[in-house]
Amino acid sequence: MIAHLLRRAGFGASPAELTAYSKLSYGQAVDRLVDYESIPDTVDANIAKPGFVGMTSRGPFSPNTVADDARQRWLFRMVHSERPLQERMTLFWHNYFATGISKIAARVKGENATRLMAAKASEDPAKQRGQIELFRDSALGSLRDLLVAVAQDPAMLIWLDGNTNTKAKPQENFGRELMELFTRGVGYYTEDDVYAAARVFTGWNLNEPATRTDASGAFAFVYNPNQHETSAKTFSFPIYADGGRTIPARSASAGMQDGLDLINALAMHPETARRVARKLYAFFVSETSTDDGFIGALADTYLRNATAIKPVVRQVLGSPQFADASASFTRYSWPIEFVVRALKETGWTGFSLGSTLSPLISMGQELFEPPNVAGWTLGEGWFSTSAMLTRMNFASTLAANQKFNLAAALAPARGSAQAVVDAMLARLTPADLDNAVYAQLVAYAKGGATWTGSDAQLQSKGAGLAHLILGSPEYQLV
Amino acid sequence: MLTRREFVKNGVAAFTVSFAAPAFLSDLARAQGATGRNLVVLDLSGGNDGLSMLIPYNDAAYYSRRPTLAVPAGQVLQIGSDSSGKALGLHPKLTGLKEIFNQGRLALIQRVGYENSSRSHFSGTDIWSTATPGSVQGAGWLGRYLSTLGPLDPLVAWNTTGETPHALLSSSVAVASIPNVTSYAFNSPNTGAEAALERTSALAIASHVPVDRPQIAFVGTSAQAAMATLDRVAAVGQYKPSATYPNNGFGQALQAIAGAMAKGIGTRVFWVQTGGFDTHAAQDTNNDAGAYARLMVSLNDGLFAFYSDLRNQGLLNDTLLLSFSEFGRRINENGSRGTDHGAASVMLAMGGGVRGGIFGTAPLLTADPQNPTLENNANDVHYESDFRSVYARVLDNWLGGDSVAVLGGNFRKSGLEFV
Repeated sequence: MIAHLLRRAGFGASPAELTAYSKLSYGQAVDRLVDYESIPDTVDANIAKPGFVGMTSRGPFSPNTVADDARQRWLFRMVHSERPLQERMTLFWHNYFATGISKIAARVKGENATRLMAAKASEDPAKQRGQIELFRDSALGSLRDLLVAVAQDPAMLIWLDGNTNTKAKPQENFGRELMELFTRGVGYYTEDDVYAAARVFTGWNLNEPATRTDASGAFAFVYNPNQHETSAKTFSFPIYADGGRTIPARSASAGMQDGLDLINALAMHPETARRVARKLYAFFVSETSTDDGFIGALADTYLRNATAIKPVVRQVLGSPQFADASASFTRYSWPIEFVVRALKETGWTGFSLGSTLSPLISMGQELFEPPNVAGWTLGEGWFSTSAMLTRMNFASTLAANQKFNLAAALAPARGSAQAVVDAMLARLTPADLDNAVYAQLVAYAKGGATWTGSDAQLQSKGAGLAHLILGSPEYQLV
Repeated sequence: MLTRREFVKNGVAAFTVSFAAPAFLSDLARAQGATGRNLVVLDLSGGNDGLSMLIPYNDAAYYSRRPTLAVPAGQVLQIGSDSSGKALGLHPKLTGLKEIFNQGRLALIQRVGYENSSRSHFSGTDIWSTATPGSVQGAGWLGRYLSTLGPLDPLVAWNTTGETPHALLSSSVAVASIPNVTSYAFNSPNTGAEAALERTSALAIASHVPVDRPQIAFVGTSAQAAMATLDRVAAVGQYKPSATYPNNGFGQALQAIAGAMAKGIGTRVFWVQTGGFDTHAAQDTNNDAGAYARLMVSLNDGLFAFYSDLRNQGLLNDTLLLSFSEFGRRINENGSRGTDHGAASVMLAMGGGVRGGIFGTAPLLTADPQNPTLENNANDVHYESDFRSVYARVLDNWLGGDSVAVLGGNFRKSGLEFV
């Protein structure tokens, strides 16, 4: 079950990682993943070192200002991080708050859009922390705190037009999506609530540099009291502990509290708790089945811990729903999960993450560009014919690239075609294969020529088997 | 929004059975396709602002409610008046569509929507996709239509986006999703005979259906469908169009559709989508570099190339293109030079069998809560024709289907004889 834990709470395991984690009990492994603050965050220091997966950039590597370099940096972290759950939760929040870089780039051009999405504050000329870094820092923190931070995040302010939310013409986009997507969900708010929420966030604006395309300029949230609409706002659901539904009229200078009051109420609402629990359940357990009792229990944990996510995730990873043997290989892998796991299991020396970017787009998951504000469509939605063909073709690309490494690893098994198939299946981890499928793989390995176990044969059959296994339906589950 | 996973949860068994005898079916489908009519559905996703596409240029309220976004009367492409006498014109960038209108092959259907219009992208899309506003968990309207056609070929419907749209979902019909014809090929780390061996093995592995593991079976059907359609899709990749399509995703998708028609591969329903219509800010209808103007240029250039290409090759008479959007937009502009989510909007129909013209009547834009053509305190356009009536016309009169059976009710309405 350690392998299952690492596939679901991380991105799979390299042979070395599997060996290390297998020395721990299941409970210890969960703690190591969840309490990751005790593990140093050093993964970025390994970029460009030999023995780690490579990258391709046009010009000097610049992840704070070039989107494809930022994507590769994040993929590098997914492959090599010693805190896999942190990267995984970062991906969860990226899907949850589904902010798309191209709309930001339309306003501030590519360099600044990348800074706002992905820059590390320590490396940025204006100490700008990108939205993805915000998620990394808050990965298992409280949702209430994260919602406040997101409402003040420059990328989000541009994405949902908060930067133009003014007293004279309140802008509904953020208020609507805050309720529909980030907390309670469709059916739990009214159109009047949307108008009220728009007025709550009037004045929550963005200071931009004098020239928006200035790549060392600072973008920062600012509360503009003179843009805040100060009348009372009444909602269809309770805002305060006493059941009160009206945010009182306040002076403009005190008006920022309106937004904090609304976020507090939304974050702590039972519907939000259930929705967050469902999303975490889908992310770790299953996107195609549900378990109302268990989700209810997770929602309780969320509320009892004042919206903290860590105890909820810990509860999921330790639960029988997650950890029972029957839970293995019952969840469809996201394109990112498929690609990273394939790299970790097959091998990465000599491979460049630049080769994953275009296939990931065709598989339906380009980092920083979720298709719309609701994030990616999950589960069976990943497996349109062209997306599946792209997965199979990525398997081919990776297999071709790793041909020599694989042949070297397979040398001890060169005695027979079947031994080579078994060795590949020990290295790559598809779901259990039916006999007919296993027989197909053996027939392929034996096919076309007498078995000699030569280096040339190991190279072609090893690559062919990697292609067939990584591209099989059984490998698409996690 | 309903996702394919939520939908197929109970339908996987039926789904996997639909792949019997693909070779036989493609002959059948080709026979059907070579002489049959086809439908191209265009999703303008994000919520298209109908008032900026079909403009009431003599209406004072249009100008007073949209100080920066209203198009000056002298710039619209005038196309005449509707049956209520309202003078209308197309957005200045729609010069190609104006030409198609002049040829009598473009219909504009005003105020299409439904009761209790949803202003959520996701609910709105689910409603337009299923045509069952009360229950949006089921099959799509086109999926239900295709299910009535009997044994089906994997290319009976061709979706040019990467993910199957809800409108095409059904438990018995698989839809090929092919956004890029040239990359739709099976690659291999080896070459020659070794690669051929891999391809045979991959197909055998994908065709194996584990009886007790529906998820693996589901992925397998997708892989099988991909491999069963490779050669015919490759033929479409050889297509040389007779018109120049814009070099963007939308243009390339339309070119692939025209190619599929020209090669007679048997597809009956095509789906294409173009986005960016959610113009909450900087809509800038009058600015060449503005969001809406650029949307209109892209729409116009793509559709005009498609129309010209099909007409040149004698394929226009068998083709109907129908566009929709999940909702229209608010009449008043907001403080960000944009518009928020609204209600009813305009549908376009284009093709050789279209009776061109303006259908339906324009809204009165006076901000009076008693105004029956508006809703939401006179902030949004109220529908005049239920969208299902438009679907019914297409199903009955163009596809030769039965709209009552497909839509689960009689939505036929007079006054919508655009086809």
